[in-house]
Amino acid sequence: MKIKSNSPSSDEVGFRFLWDSERSYVAAAIEISGITKRFGEFEALRGVDLRIEQGEFFALLGPNGAGKSTLINLLAGLLQPTSGSIRIMGHDVQTDYQRARSALGVVPQELVFDPFFNVREMLRFQAGYFGRGPENDAWVDEVIEGLGLTDKAHTNMRKLSGGMKRRALIAQALAHKPPVIVLDEPTAGVDVELRQMLWAFIQKLNQQGHTIILTTHYLEEAETLCERVAMMKQGKIVALDTTRALLKSHAAKQLSLRLAGALPTQLQSLLKQQNGDEVVLALSELSQVEMVLSVLREANVAIQDMQLQEADLEDVFLNLVGNQKGVQA
Amino acid sequence: MKWLNPFFWLDDKISPRWRGVYTLFKKELLRFWRVAFQTIASPILTALLYLLIFSHVLESHVKVYDQVSYTAFLVPGLMMMSLLQNAFANSSSSLIQSKVMGNIVFLLLTPINTLEFFAAFLAASMIRGLLVGLSIYLVALCFVSVPTVYPGWIFAFALLGSALLGTFGIIAGIWADKFDQMAAFQNFVIMPLTFLSGVFYSIHSLPPFWQAVSQLNPFFYMIDGFRYGFFGHGDVSPWLSLAVVGSFLLALAWLCLKMLKSGYKLRS
Repeated sequence: MKIKSNSPSSDEVGFRFLWDSERSYVAAAIEISGITKRFGEFEALRGVDLRIEQGEFFALLGPNGAGKSTLINLLAGLLQPTSGSIRIMGHDVQTDYQRARSALGVVPQELVFDPFFNVREMLRFQAGYFGRGPENDAWVDEVIEGLGLTDKAHTNMRKLSGGMKRRALIAQALAHKPPVIVLDEPTAGVDVELRQMLWAFIQKLNQQGHTIILTTHYLEEAETLCERVAMMKQGKIVALDTTRALLKSHAAKQLSLRLAGALPTQLQSLLKQQNGDEVVLALSELSQVEMVLSVLREANVAIQDMQLQEADLEDVFLNLVGNQKGVQA
Repeated sequence: MKWLNPFFWLDDKISPRWRGVYTLFKKELLRFWRVAFQTIASPILTALLYLLIFSHVLESHVKVYDQVSYTAFLVPGLMMMSLLQNAFANSSSSLIQSKVMGNIVFLLLTPINTLEFFAAFLAASMIRGLLVGLSIYLVALCFVSVPTVYPGWIFAFALLGSALLGTFGIIAGIWADKFDQMAAFQNFVIMPLTFLSGVFYSIHSLPPFWQAVSQLNPFFYMIDGFRYGFFGHGDVSPWLSLAVVGSFLLALAWLCLKMLKSGYKLRS
């Protein structure tokens, strides 16, 4: 295996591994090995291993306190790990931090901004910190347009509404055109219009080859957008698979029935919920529907209403990380 | 008129290698320039009020050096005092604001290294300090004639003083978590050290004990060396002042870089 040396000066910073003509080695967008992080006695991360390939749209989910933000802060170099290593596009975040950070764009959760400058100035500054000059202005304009900020490009950050500030925050993370983009709950508290606009723009970036890592409150967003999902609980990854495989292996389909009589004893093991004559049965596979109908026919129990529900990521999530009230991704 | 803007000429010419530090420096300059009324005009006015009031009240009562009027004596002291305070205020206020507002994260996510971070904040602080000091001098010339016997010493101490307080400001900005901690730093450390450094008097007019105490104050050497450049007279040798100020600057710069490199209070 041969690792080609690289330089961050190229305009295609970070993509070089992906488009390496020799195709001898393609670095992962993110490679996390044995990461632990302690805050005093509290162990926030307990041996996390994770590899995210270039070009993936990846979801990182888990309840509050699971360690998602700690992991993102470690990726971004805002925290130092207790042990383990992280590489971004093949660059270690500690020993080769300049190249690692050049390859990464992070949208923080909090609405933070610099009150002295307008949107376009802030984006140019942000790109400048990463070595990008006037040649990058066309990209900055594309980001401004893609996020619906054109009318506000010369407005001071202080004067923007909450939704507009969120857009500007996302734009700042994209200003240097990073190959790896981390969106930490980017749609928290924003309207439908922005969400749709944002996802359309992010999907476009993903199609262009950018790797996207997303944490979100809205599990349906992760289910729709992400090819792979990792679920975290108490500082560990408890599930890591493609979204489809997770849905298949962890979440049962639900068969809701309104019955004219009592549920036969043979079906009690499938019972998930009962409310009067309405029962909800959890099925591990579609073929069980035929078995349920057959048992009901034999027991002479008439079906007054029937509905088959597909499992969603929320079911998987609750199944894996526990039925906690106020659970969040 | 955009050709009057130095950045208009520089923006295209900076190589990608130096663009990070250049951008941070430019942002820090624009940050204080956007509020120049507060950051430049206000300290000039304050210094001029000191000059008018103290010179009016004390001109005929205080004797400092031969051939030097008290009003003229005051000018370098006030210049240096304002230069030091503004160099400190620039880096410290920028950092504490960014920390409290949370937008420092945008800087911490970048590949800008420790030395570049330090250099950009320091250079912007020095420029603000020097700009305020120079402005006070130019305005003071309208009221009093102030000689410049050794311009080299004036320039050296202006640079060293602004660098020392700019560095001090970065340290304070990193250390403080709240605005009141920063205010305490400014009011209980910077202000007393400045006022007790000989801005308004020559330490030879103090009793021996307080003369000795004054000589423990590094700010005294900055002001005395700076004043030596104007009048060719000082309370101590300018070489001693240069050695003291230079040593303090090196020590503080070392501490500051160490704090930045370790991520103290910035990265945990």
